[in-house]
Amino acid sequence: MADQTLPIAGSLDVTPQRLSRAQVLEWLHGWVVTVDHKRLGILYVVYGIIFLLVAGAEAMAIRIQLAWPGMHFLSPELYNEMFTMHGTTMVFLVGMTILFGFANYLVPLMIGARDMAFPRLNAFSFWMTAFGGLLIYYSFIGGFGLYGMGAAPDVGWWAYAPLTARAFSPGHATDYWALALIVAGFGTLGTAINIIATALSMRCRGMSLLRMPLFVWLMLVTSALTLITITPLTAAQIMLLIDRYLGGHFFDTQAGGSAVVWMHFFWIFGHPEVYVLVMPAFGIANEIIPVFSRKAIFGYPAMVAASVGIAFVSMGVWAHHMFTVGMTSVGNAFFVLSTMLVGIPTGIKIFNWVATIWGGKIRFATPMLFCLGFLFQFLIAGLTGIMLSVAPWNWQLHNSYFVIAHFHYVLVGAIVFNIFAGIYYWYPKVTGRMLSETLGKWHFWLFLIGFHITFDTMHFVGFLGMPRSIYTYEPDRGWNHLNFIISIGGMIQGIAVLIFAWNLVQSYFRGRKAGNDPWDAWTLEWSTPSPPPAYNFATDPVVHSRRPLWDLKHPEDPDWKYEA
Amino acid sequence: MSAIPISPVAEPWRLPSRGRVAMLALITGESAIFTIFVVAYIFYIGKSLTGPTPLQVLDIPWFNTICLLSSSVSILIAERQIERGKMRGFMMWWALTIALGMIFIGGTAVEWHKLIYVDGLTIRTNLFGTTFYSLVGLHATHVVVGLIGLSLILIFTLTGHVKEQHSERIQVFALYWHFVDAVWVVVFTVVYIVGR
Repeated sequence: MADQTLPIAGSLDVTPQRLSRAQVLEWLHGWVVTVDHKRLGILYVVYGIIFLLVAGAEAMAIRIQLAWPGMHFLSPELYNEMFTMHGTTMVFLVGMTILFGFANYLVPLMIGARDMAFPRLNAFSFWMTAFGGLLIYYSFIGGFGLYGMGAAPDVGWWAYAPLTARAFSPGHATDYWALALIVAGFGTLGTAINIIATALSMRCRGMSLLRMPLFVWLMLVTSALTLITITPLTAAQIMLLIDRYLGGHFFDTQAGGSAVVWMHFFWIFGHPEVYVLVMPAFGIANEIIPVFSRKAIFGYPAMVAASVGIAFVSMGVWAHHMFTVGMTSVGNAFFVLSTMLVGIPTGIKIFNWVATIWGGKIRFATPMLFCLGFLFQFLIAGLTGIMLSVAPWNWQLHNSYFVIAHFHYVLVGAIVFNIFAGIYYWYPKVTGRMLSETLGKWHFWLFLIGFHITFDTMHFVGFLGMPRSIYTYEPDRGWNHLNFIISIGGMIQGIAVLIFAWNLVQSYFRGRKAGNDPWDAWTLEWSTPSPPPAYNFATDPVVHSRRPLWDLKHPEDPDWKYEA
Repeated sequence: MSAIPISPVAEPWRLPSRGRVAMLALITGESAIFTIFVVAYIFYIGKSLTGPTPLQVLDIPWFNTICLLSSSVSILIAERQIERGKMRGFMMWWALTIALGMIFIGGTAVEWHKLIYVDGLTIRTNLFGTTFYSLVGLHATHVVVGLIGLSLILIFTLTGHVKEQHSERIQVFALYWHFVDAVWVVVFTVVYIVGR
């Protein structure tokens, strides 16, 4: 499909002239009907970055509202919509789309394949996800339903029953939320199936499972986990819609239904979802840290085993979100211990990353800076996670800003940092041009400083008892200055992200030419031209070790001599 | 992959079929959806505040169940037939599979008609109604999707588009039908045996 645009691009080179209307339409048409994994990957990431800016703006609005007691920057109704949409957008439309975009672009290139296993399913999945995003944002204008109420969803991204019942959430806002997530969920399911089939069935000669780049491994594990985590959410959303439209009683406590069942179903999805987001981020770190430490990854089999271990353990920890709901002491003990168990495989991973850096010849380029920030912040996130897994501690701090600080340390400090690292690392491959290192350093340091001002301080307002999701607070609580500091940090992060967006745009036109392999890396995607041609590899590659390009560059000392 | 003329790698390079892998992945995901609905059904057994109860209105659909489960055998025979290139036999066993599936769906329709018009049980009557129609309806939806797929393949076979070399794809689709049948064993046990 992508080949159809090639004659036009060729003719443009000869006679550079203004693009005619027909040519622009042709170009646009090419992107809409494309089934090329690279183009779809780019679409995913661009789509995700646009929503990153939108959801970031929502976060800014929330922080302005909370910067000082008694503010009226937002109305209370709009405030509820803002934190609901911020959470929903960041998880489903930013995290998932960008990370699956990376997978789309990189997995076939890394395993030496021509495309994904099912290119048309791939396009279908992207457009389903895109349509889900449009659907949920359309609710801002189309959400008015009964009684003139509604607009955007305002039930929180966890959408606890019975607030979502018809009686308490009239109008169609909640329906948009549920439908959008079902639609986007089908897209995600399609992509997950596609990635699994690609990683298992499309590998080039010699690319045995234990020679796959760790990013591919992590995406394989993530996709397998996605199969059994997104689907419970879809099922729960179907139940919610049955309740709302057909008069069912799943979560209707007045007819014997149970609101707690929704909580279980939601967190059976919701907790593994964190790992669905963080494991691709681990994958990015697994590719970047070795290249910028000039060493092979330490403990490759242990990394694979730890990833699979995390996926398994993550399925059995969901009710640690529900300690304050009240469970039996056996239930509490089980979820405390299973949650602490997650610390072991993640600890192995952190150990291996540090061991990879140890004694390496470190290059502090922007991708590596973001990965180092990730390592430090993910460690702290893990430590506060273990604190929160202790049920009595959790009873004290649940639904406080301490919890908000903890999960933003994971979602921003680990995942977003690695997404940025990944974009700085692979942007030269995708566009053929380097991102500006100067702007990159500004972006990194501003974002790092802003991040720590915001989320370190949030731990303390949490200790001081500030609950999450509140519209405003009284001036005598002692939270005023801390909240002001948090909001300042938020603004600094906002500025950093705008610098990043500017960097993306201006480097596309004026960035330094990258060449095939600007980082002197070792995985197969760097053996193709930048950007890679539609067919990826002119001849099918053959692989003898985990670092095929190292073997190519150092024929006197190839890796396969040392790998078991 | 087979385009490489001389391979420096000595060992033969075999990869699993992508169709089979993808269908198994889809089945895994679908299983999770069914698990949630089954768990909800089990959790809400006996929690309805008003009648009717399952024992009052549900009859065990033995005939339907036998039809659906035997369709798994008939599709298996159809798979064997196309593998050996016997297209006529394939077509007959495939059509029989569709017929058995249709009988099952028809039986469900008759059952639901009786429940709604005779017993007055709808999805909004009580928790039993909500969970029953959701779980059985979810399964019936899968049967309908399966029947549409089976019928399309039958039409393509009649027009001569399905040939012996497509036997692997036929087997991949048949996996889905086997899954639908296997889920019915769970739904049947939970709804008509345990839940009554």
